[in-house]
Amino acid sequence: MSDAATIDAAAVATPAARPALRKRDQRALTAYGLVAPAFVLMLLMLLGPLASVIALSFTDYQLGAPALSWIGLANYQDMFADRVFWISLRNTLTYVVIVVPGAVTLGLGIALLIQSGTSLRSLYRTIYFLPVMATLIAMAVVWEFMLHPQFGLVNGLLRGAGLPAFSWLQDRGTALYALCAIGIWQAVGFNMVLFLAGLVSIPKQLYEAAEMDGTASAWARFRLVTWPMLGPVTTFVIVISGIRSFQVFDTVHILTKGGPSKSTEVLIHTMYTEGFEFFRSGYGAALTVVFLVFVLLLTLIKARLADRGVQTA
Amino acid sequence: MASIELSAIRKSFDGTEILRGVDLRIEDGEFISLVGPSGCGKSTLLRVIAGLEPQSAGEVRIDGVSADGIRPSARNLAMVFQSYALYPHLSAFDNIAVPLRMRRLSAIERLPLVGALLPSRRRKERCIRDDVARVADQLEIAHLIGRKPAQLSGGQRQRIAVGRAIVRQPVAFLFDEPLSNLDAKLRVHMRAELAQLHRRLNTTFVYVTHDQAEAMTMSSRIAVMIGGELVQVGTPTDIYDNPRDIRVAEFVGSPKINILPGQICDDGRIEALGVLLRLTSSAASGACRIGVRPERIDLGSGPFTGYVVHAENMGSEAFLHLAVDGSDARLVARIDDPRRLPPIATPVSFGFAMDAVRAFNAEGKRIEVDSEHIERVRERAIV
Repeated sequence: MSDAATIDAAAVATPAARPALRKRDQRALTAYGLVAPAFVLMLLMLLGPLASVIALSFTDYQLGAPALSWIGLANYQDMFADRVFWISLRNTLTYVVIVVPGAVTLGLGIALLIQSGTSLRSLYRTIYFLPVMATLIAMAVVWEFMLHPQFGLVNGLLRGAGLPAFSWLQDRGTALYALCAIGIWQAVGFNMVLFLAGLVSIPKQLYEAAEMDGTASAWARFRLVTWPMLGPVTTFVIVISGIRSFQVFDTVHILTKGGPSKSTEVLIHTMYTEGFEFFRSGYGAALTVVFLVFVLLLTLIKARLADRGVQTA
Repeated sequence: MASIELSAIRKSFDGTEILRGVDLRIEDGEFISLVGPSGCGKSTLLRVIAGLEPQSAGEVRIDGVSADGIRPSARNLAMVFQSYALYPHLSAFDNIAVPLRMRRLSAIERLPLVGALLPSRRRKERCIRDDVARVADQLEIAHLIGRKPAQLSGGQRQRIAVGRAIVRQPVAFLFDEPLSNLDAKLRVHMRAELAQLHRRLNTTFVYVTHDQAEAMTMSSRIAVMIGGELVQVGTPTDIYDNPRDIRVAEFVGSPKINILPGQICDDGRIEALGVLLRLTSSAASGACRIGVRPERIDLGSGPFTGYVVHAENMGSEAFLHLAVDGSDARLVARIDDPRRLPPIATPVSFGFAMDAVRAFNAEGKRIEVDSEHIERVRERAIV
């Protein structure tokens, strides 16, 4: 009796439930449909290539070769045994360690100066942003002239001041540092714009409250208000500068080609020479994977710090 | 504890004059409210006192010493901002401790890592912790002390801001509309708390507000500012009962004072809505305006007639909006017992006692009136 009632109830319920179910299916379908273009693009442009690079790094593929074979971790074995890899890794890290603090502190300093000024703000902003907008390859050529041992502006100035001149890009001791200087020059403008945006968003009343609370010096106000309020921006700027410094290539390729005697060899340049000059695509892919690990690490650190930033804000 | 003297303070922004020569003496230990409609310059005046905004002309003296050229941080005043301006990255404890750390610790002791190692810093930090705890107990915020401002409600943030102001015992407190971001109920509650705080601290309070009720309920004196000028300074009773200017009369009091068109006749007698009042004035004859507070309107008898257009029942009292026969004038009358509220469109007659009348001339300035002598005698006889 009760069974019959349940069956009856179910029989009655189904026709009513079906349109609702169909409606839900339809909505889910629409959702997938809307996600699909982005997902397909991501698959084609990002995840696909990434997967194939990782796969390639386990093969002996050479650019243009008709066949390839699976060689496991042999590429990585070669890489870790190769002196050039370690030199280029060390150079890249040196570059990052010099350029990131330099570009971040200078960017912050210039942003603070521009923000505290009363006139010509947009002029200064434009001047400092110019290096970011200019093509780095063209600028690298200009730097090559400026750093020329005989006719360069830099050495001319040094000689004028009675200081010894250097052959900046041709000397093993100075080439990497010259590239660092160019890197800083190029990144400062970008960082400055980010810091300026951060500075503008700090409520003015906090500075007034700090003033009323007895912060007499500009430094004390910077420590109490500006620096903590810029925290999220600073994290972002450091990570972005870090990733961009890891990617240094244009200036190296134009100015030194990794020389003299590998003193400016950096990761991406090694990757380029192995992959596109020696056509060892498999080996190049292995280098790329190492590079990706570093970038991923930085991104993870940023994500972690950003999460913490949200909680404390 | 300090007196504050303002003399001929002027301030203009880009050619617009915000303050047009303000003279004010704020006594030591007084609770004075600067009140006025928005844009009247009251906040600017407070910021001039604080030193956050330099005046274009005039002088600020704190305890008899000119404060011109002295930085806000050196004036030893505390300020509570409308937005509270708490440091969002610091806990409530650290927010309250900031003024103490800034004043008691040297620059080296404040350094993040090195400073913490110094024994003198540790000793001072202990003192600071005690002082913050004492203030937190006073304001009943001890349980909130570890939270960040984002985790606090508006009222709690407000208390932290007050705590930050009182912790270092400044010579005077400046409040810039501190209650305007709170909900109505909490605002009434905080009014009482701030007044109590003033009684306990016995320090000079300068309180800026656009809410006349806040000014009336808390302050020992009110300074009404309109259009960049101080129009009247006096006790709340004085301001309410004895306004020197029609703008003051209209600004203070809720509901607003009733203003009726009137006339001073050639023989000095005063007429309102065409009815001759038993009042005379020595002022020049011509148009004038007659002000009567809603609670001074007597319903049921009197020379005026009208009908009820609207009624507001507040529970403990009620306000009747009346249209006056033969005039466009509307007026509001208070009824003490809302249960006796007449229905809409009921015709009523009304009048008012002659001592309830505040008369203003065409420029809005107060004019003195006298009750006619004979009438006064008769009134006495009736009583």
